[in-house]
Amino acid sequence: MIDLLTSHYTYVLTFVLLGLGIYMVIASENLVKKLIGVNLFQTAIFLFFVSMAYIDADGASAPIVPHHGEPGEVMVASPLPQVIVLTAIVVGIALTAVGLALIIRIYAEYGTLREDTLREVRADE
Amino acid sequence: MSNVDLILPLLIVTPILAATLPIALGLWFDRTGWSVTALTTLGLFGAASYLAAEVYAGGEAVTHELGGYPRTYGIQLVSDQFSMLIVLLVTAVALGVLAYTRQGGPRGNTFYTAYLLLVGGLLGISLTGDVFNLFVFLEITSLATYALVASGDGPEAAVASLKYLILGTVAASMYLIGVAFVFMATGTLNMVELSTAIPAAEAQTLIRAGFAFIVVGFAVKVAQWPLHTWQPSAYQQAPDGVTPLIAALVSTASAYAFGRLIVTVFEVEYLAAMPNAAAIVLTVGCVSVLAGTVLAVIQTEVKRMLAYSSVSQFGLVIAAYGVVIADGSRTALIGAAIHLVGHGLLKAGLFLGVALVAASYGARTVDEYAGLATERPVVAGSMAVLLFSLVGVPPGVGFVGKWYIGLGAVQAQLWPVAAVIFLSTMLTLAYAARLLEKMYFTPSAAADRPHAPDPVATDGGDDGRDGSGDADSASREPGAAIAAIRGESSRDPVSTGMVAIVVVAALGAVALGFAGGTIAELLDPFLTEVIN
Repeated sequence: MIDLLTSHYTYVLTFVLLGLGIYMVIASENLVKKLIGVNLFQTAIFLFFVSMAYIDADGASAPIVPHHGEPGEVMVASPLPQVIVLTAIVVGIALTAVGLALIIRIYAEYGTLREDTLREVRADE
Repeated sequence: MSNVDLILPLLIVTPILAATLPIALGLWFDRTGWSVTALTTLGLFGAASYLAAEVYAGGEAVTHELGGYPRTYGIQLVSDQFSMLIVLLVTAVALGVLAYTRQGGPRGNTFYTAYLLLVGGLLGISLTGDVFNLFVFLEITSLATYALVASGDGPEAAVASLKYLILGTVAASMYLIGVAFVFMATGTLNMVELSTAIPAAEAQTLIRAGFAFIVVGFAVKVAQWPLHTWQPSAYQQAPDGVTPLIAALVSTASAYAFGRLIVTVFEVEYLAAMPNAAAIVLTVGCVSVLAGTVLAVIQTEVKRMLAYSSVSQFGLVIAAYGVVIADGSRTALIGAAIHLVGHGLLKAGLFLGVALVAASYGARTVDEYAGLATERPVVAGSMAVLLFSLVGVPPGVGFVGKWYIGLGAVQAQLWPVAAVIFLSTMLTLAYAARLLEKMYFTPSAAADRPHAPDPVATDGGDDGRDGSGDADSASREPGAAIAAIRGESSRDPVSTGMVAIVVVAALGAVALGFAGGTIAELLDPFLTEVIN
């Protein structure tokens, strides 16, 4: 158990972050905090991808191969997860932007950022 | 043609590039959005038809490797018999809804930008052969959908859209975790490579966990009970011209992607051996069928009622996937494919009809539909055909899909599924009959329509504007066009063309019902490949 934790601590941290993110989405009444929770959730997945690339190749360096290196001389982490995470980050940023724009509109209309107040205001109308 | 595979990237790239045009041209010209979108969508439909002819005639999939990189580490686009069905549905419905929005729908260049992005994302979902690329296209589609839902009037649309955004993003992230697990176990992202790597992988637990996350992610995206909560408010609050598009296509594309992952990536044999996989998928589907119909029966708003009906209809598709996993049933997979296409067409037609009624009378609840049959017989008749088809009355396409799914369930000895299909048909009849009764057998009373816009009477009343007096309404069209240019769309925005599109959808639903056997034959090479 201890062995597993010391060698795979990045996975543990990743899933703690995942849990925190989803907890924020569910439990926080503040819309902005909810969105931050979504972001945290996504970021945890990105970190999961990145750490996955490193742990598979034990002791590997960043995936930058020296210009005159011999093949097989340097052990590098798998570049593929890191590249696809870049795309996922872009998607995440776009989502955050759209979400914040929607929150601004909700705030302008209802004058609140809290979900419980929002529910009351909408029920009154 | 040797270069037929070039159509694949073009189908995805063209709408996404063309999406920049309405905004860019909007700097100089006011109304370019519709023409640009119409040209692009028409081109896409033509290209898709040509590609479909090639795929179905050749009997084998057309593939394209992006940038010439081999599929082991590049991205591959695949069009086979299954995906071409969805591509044709997407391009055809996009074209039909676009024709509607010229008179009836939301206008403005930004709307058409989102529209083209949505179409591009949907085509991407249908054509990609790479599980990570699928995530990216899912998110492009979702982003465009959030924007379109939020473009509705009033702040309620923004609330519905934000709810959809938070749930949809978590769902897509769940799918991404699933992909991460599967990638960790196999080291590849290509669907065909995965199908051989998954059974051979050492860490089977990782793959099981990955499949579990993928199921949860798609259960939200396809709006399965109890994860459907985003869907009714999103459909209800979206502008009337947008609901047909997203109701017909967005969840359909996700459901298609789920089916693709089941039959091509994990493969039926592997999933059949996985403990409880079939039971879980079956249960999710069957419970959604029942919960969706029951919730639809108790709704008073027509749009909301149809939205809950989508929950149950997609439940049928997911249940069919469950039958496919449990028994390797080819019949159930044919049923799922036909039901996806048929339901897309039905819902597009029904929501277009709802939009039309709302545009002319402001009627939104079931009670306000009273007497529609006497005032607009053609629209009411088309909606009746579509509703009967949704219930599953032959020869509507809803019947053919249900028939194949039910037949597959019976062949697999999964009697509960057959019972659920029968029960849901009864319940579907309950809410469809409620609307039909109002339209045909309840006389309209002025008090029933409190939101009716009164300026309708100023340009000659609304009798004879129902398509039966074609010449009559054609003569009024210039007036309507001028009103539209002035932004006075509330006067009487219903043109003959808008009515015609609803009629075409109804005719299409019946025609597809007769084509059920043909679709089954077209799918045959694909089925032989994925199910032994």
